[in-house]
Amino acid sequence: MAAVRVEEVLAAAEEQEAEKQRSITVEKELELEFDLGNLLALDRNPPAAAGLRGAGPRREALLRALARDNTQLLVARLWELPAERAGGAGGPLVARLPEPAFRLPREKPPPRPRPPTRWEQFARLKGIRRRKRTSLVWDEQAKEWRRRWGYRRAGGDPARAWLAEVPEGADPEEDQFARLRREKRERVARNELNRLRNLARAHRAGTAVPAAPLHPTGHQSREELGRVARVARVSTASLGRFQPRLPKEPAEPPSRSGGRKRRFEPLLGNLAAERSRQLELLRDMGSKKPVLDITRAVNKQLRQEEAEAAAAKGKKQSQRGKRGRRQQRAGRSSKKSGARRQQQQRPAGSSTGGGKRKKA
Amino acid sequence: MRPLTEAETRAVFEKLGRYIGENIQLLVDRPDGTYCFRLHRDRVYYLSEKLLKVAVSIPRDNLVALGTCFGKFTKTQKFRLSVTALDFLAPYAKYKVWVKPGSEQSFLYGNHVLKSGLGRITENTAQYQGVVVYSMADVPLGFGVAAKSTQECRKVDPMAIVVFHQADVGEYVRNEDTLA
Repeated sequence: MAAVRVEEVLAAAEEQEAEKQRSITVEKELELEFDLGNLLALDRNPPAAAGLRGAGPRREALLRALARDNTQLLVARLWELPAERAGGAGGPLVARLPEPAFRLPREKPPPRPRPPTRWEQFARLKGIRRRKRTSLVWDEQAKEWRRRWGYRRAGGDPARAWLAEVPEGADPEEDQFARLRREKRERVARNELNRLRNLARAHRAGTAVPAAPLHPTGHQSREELGRVARVARVSTASLGRFQPRLPKEPAEPPSRSGGRKRRFEPLLGNLAAERSRQLELLRDMGSKKPVLDITRAVNKQLRQEEAEAAAAKGKKQSQRGKRGRRQQRAGRSSKKSGARRQQQQRPAGSSTGGGKRKKA
Repeated sequence: MRPLTEAETRAVFEKLGRYIGENIQLLVDRPDGTYCFRLHRDRVYYLSEKLLKVAVSIPRDNLVALGTCFGKFTKTQKFRLSVTALDFLAPYAKYKVWVKPGSEQSFLYGNHVLKSGLGRITENTAQYQGVVVYSMADVPLGFGVAAKSTQECRKVDPMAIVVFHQADVGEYVRNEDTLA
């Protein structure tokens, strides 16, 4: 019993020892390539292809072992570097890395050259070259070399200037100190404005799309030529409004939306304006309706005719009694007018005639 | 969601005008607030400015409906009025048709109104005029188109159609899924 236990213990201890040894030494067929400046270790050994195929815990274990071994080798190399204690005796041990050998590609694109500022353009035009200025200027007052600007500058401290002459032709009541201060502020503001403008110009130049060449090269497609022709047409003082068209150029109205097909009103635009527009539209729609409604006129005529038919039936039934009364009445007004009255009421729907007999 | 274009507004107003005539002004220009029409996925919605301002912040894909749906534009850009507009049409209707209690049910199931079911009709209704259909208790049931003018209604036989059915409140139950 005791012997078995002892053997077990000894076996376990031996395994642990082997483990420790294994953890430090790594066997590789091909030596790794190291770039300690980048903390880079390149392993050109072919991996165990069979193990890496297919996902699974075995693959994970193999990859982990590979990574561990390579890291061990790298760290071993790092320990061989010349090291020193940073921050005095008690500080951490720091290895001095050599220069990186492996050239990494650029992370960001290279900076593009900025466009020249307005002054630079002018200077180039005029041929003005930059003269190197000395940093120290001889100050006559203080009899020594003083710097051109800044602390203890050559012209004397502007804050302690106690005299400001009124120049010729200036208003004697004006405060000269205030004027000097104001002018300085204006100068500073103008400089700042110009600086910002130059920056904006540089920024815009970077994002601008390169324009198509406006003079014909031999290699332009039909669409390009059309586009160029359109640009050329619009590049007049009146923006192409009075430009005669070429023989086969189609007449094209300018699209206000600049190439987009449809354009809608803004969603939450001026609601009052929208309402007034709709009311106007309603008014227009209402005004276009014809005053004479055909159907109503026809209905009126129908009603009229029905009423007459009914009246005629009534007349036939009680003809005698009525006739006598009619002849009495006809004595006053002549027979002609009676006939005319009948004729007037016959023809098609004059609204006044119909209106008198039957209410619409 | 977007405002209606000129042509679309004209189509909507024409359709509404067939039922309420010049009373559309009262819908457009209301004393108790600014109301507007908006188009969303081919449906026309009528809503107050307050609601519009809130609805603006909902993404288009997630917005289902807003305000009151008046109707929709078909694929050929014709405007169809739906029953959900009835609440706004009924108070301003110019031509009304009252239906007898016996044939209310029939109308609510989507059938046309026959002469036998006709209770009252506004005087001088023209043929093919848009009408709003009421029950005898003055409850709006839907709207339709007069198939005969008032004059002719008096003369036709009892089985003739006098009002073509366009929309009724029974659709709220029948077409629950497709109503906006």
